[in-house]
Amino acid sequence: MTTLATADAAVPEAEARRSGGRRSYGRYVLGKVAGSAASLAFVVVLNFFLFRVLPGDPARTLGRGRLNTPEAIAEFNKTYGLDQPLPQQFVTYLGNLLHGDMGLAISTRAPVSQLILDRMWPTLLLVGTSTVLATLLGVWLGMNQAWKRGSFFDKSTTWTSLVLYSMPEWWLGMVLIALLASGVGPFLGWFPTGGLHTDAANPTVLDTVWHLTLPVITLTLAYLADYSLIMRSSLLDELGEDYLTTARAKGLRDLQVRNRHAARNALLPTTTLIALNLGFVVAGAITVETVFSIPGLGLLAVEGLRGPDLWLLQGTFLVASAGVILANLVANLLYGLLDPRVRV
Amino acid sequence: MSAASTTPRAAVSARQLAWRRRRETLRRGWAEFRQHRAGLVGLGILVVFVVVALAAPLLASSTDISVTRAPGGVLEHPSSTYWLGTDDSGRPVLSLLIWGARISLLVGLTATVISMVIGTLVGLMSGYFEGWGGALLFRVTEWFLVIPFLPLAIVLATVLGRSLFNIILVIGITSWPATALLIRSQTLSIKERPYLERARVLGAGRSHQIGRHILPNVMPMVFANTTLTVAIAILTETTLSFLGLGDPTRVSWGTMLDQAYSVGAITTGSWWFFMPPGICVILVVLSFTLIGQALEDVVNPRLKARR
Repeated sequence: MTTLATADAAVPEAEARRSGGRRSYGRYVLGKVAGSAASLAFVVVLNFFLFRVLPGDPARTLGRGRLNTPEAIAEFNKTYGLDQPLPQQFVTYLGNLLHGDMGLAISTRAPVSQLILDRMWPTLLLVGTSTVLATLLGVWLGMNQAWKRGSFFDKSTTWTSLVLYSMPEWWLGMVLIALLASGVGPFLGWFPTGGLHTDAANPTVLDTVWHLTLPVITLTLAYLADYSLIMRSSLLDELGEDYLTTARAKGLRDLQVRNRHAARNALLPTTTLIALNLGFVVAGAITVETVFSIPGLGLLAVEGLRGPDLWLLQGTFLVASAGVILANLVANLLYGLLDPRVRV
Repeated sequence: MSAASTTPRAAVSARQLAWRRRRETLRRGWAEFRQHRAGLVGLGILVVFVVVALAAPLLASSTDISVTRAPGGVLEHPSSTYWLGTDDSGRPVLSLLIWGARISLLVGLTATVISMVIGTLVGLMSGYFEGWGGALLFRVTEWFLVIPFLPLAIVLATVLGRSLFNIILVIGITSWPATALLIRSQTLSIKERPYLERARVLGAGRSHQIGRHILPNVMPMVFANTTLTVAIAILTETTLSFLGLGDPTRVSWGTMLDQAYSVGAITTGSWWFFMPPGICVILVVLSFTLIGQALEDVVNPRLKARR
């Protein structure tokens, strides 16, 4: 029975309580770190084989219209080490990766790792701001929806969340640009249509904020829908519980029952589900950066596929996956701190 | 009717009895589904889109969507001739929408079938087999679950090349892990039930246990999950096409949006070009989500208190 998934199993929880959950946090951390390391290793291996073993010769995929003669293809393969035997290529790939070397981008001949470092900050700024805003708003919204379930507020905002959830986030970005930035229609271009700075030579904080307003609104709305729906259903699961009746019987006010008792317990499953949805956050960053031409990692990946520039794609895929694995680990460790029952 | 099925007559074979029971369950499920207004709304929207997709050749001429034989002018405003205006090569947007519904729905449905087959198989196996095989499958599922799906889909689509078949394959390959986890946890709980122990004692082999006892029990869950996966698959198709990874020879809502974006319909205010495909995507995805949620309620009584 210990093989049961921890999320919906009562038995391991009981076992954890019996064996004194608090002491085993160290072991829980070790287990989670090992799991993440294994995931990372899997991604590193997958990253190598995706580009070399799958049908579609790299030289042919990359060189569409550029490498026409057999000599040019041989030359190309030699430059990128593709003429070596596969195990040899794998060893070289691992060695380079350990030194932070992800090869050179084909179009600009710039090191991929340097490009990724340069493009990291806009993405972190955009995704970080939107995630914080969306989490706060989403949790607040979901909490209020569930607490007043069936009310007009609940119905209207839940429908809005469902529509936002069904919407491609980049399309929402396009609509916002057309409404507020294009200069067509009544709102006459309040915001810029894209980019991060008006003048890249001397960026100011205010200018950056102005440029990031629409992208942040777009991503916040997209993430918000997800988080509020999760929080709403987590809190609804708690509503029938006995401890709430007890809290009310003690004479606590409605808000105290909600904030101090129900919401705290509902936040636990919300944390896990938000961590599981991190891939969705990455997807949002890629498409919204594309629509608003924000020079971040997402746009870099899209530039990689437009080329196509396999080394650029490989690098961004690796960084995106590593980022998600790391964020997942952090969420899991936090969860272990918050809820001793999962430390099995 | 229920009286007839609870008192078996002598002439009824076991197979007939099983089918009668299944029909009964379906009828009960449908009666319960009808209680969900949102689910019915979703079903209504979906039926409209499916009819439009199937009747596309009757509703819009196929020459309308050919770039070379397009009837209208460049980016014409909506008028009585072209209700939703024309695109940058003079094709009526309404005709593109109608033909695009076919590709969007086709990709969504077939990709979901691939995803469901992989997810159900992996989930059943990793839940049923206790040794290292099951554990390995579980690990692989977890690994695929943490890989962000869009970067993986982009990489796969780039490496495989741009075609309708490949985009279906890519979406199918990237969307199965969530289903596998769900089916695995169901399999684990069903495996421990007494009637399976009885089957084992009576000498039922593995394939009999999985095929005749576990699979029929997880099927309703698979079915409810399928509709939710179609929603995700259609959204993914739209996003991949928007990023330029769709089949360039076919019209889908995603490729329409990609084209609208690249010819600058957003900044020139040609709303009739990029609003309708987006709204269609929302309506179809929303309808699958609503149906999926209602089905989840029907097959999982634990959720009934929620909505």
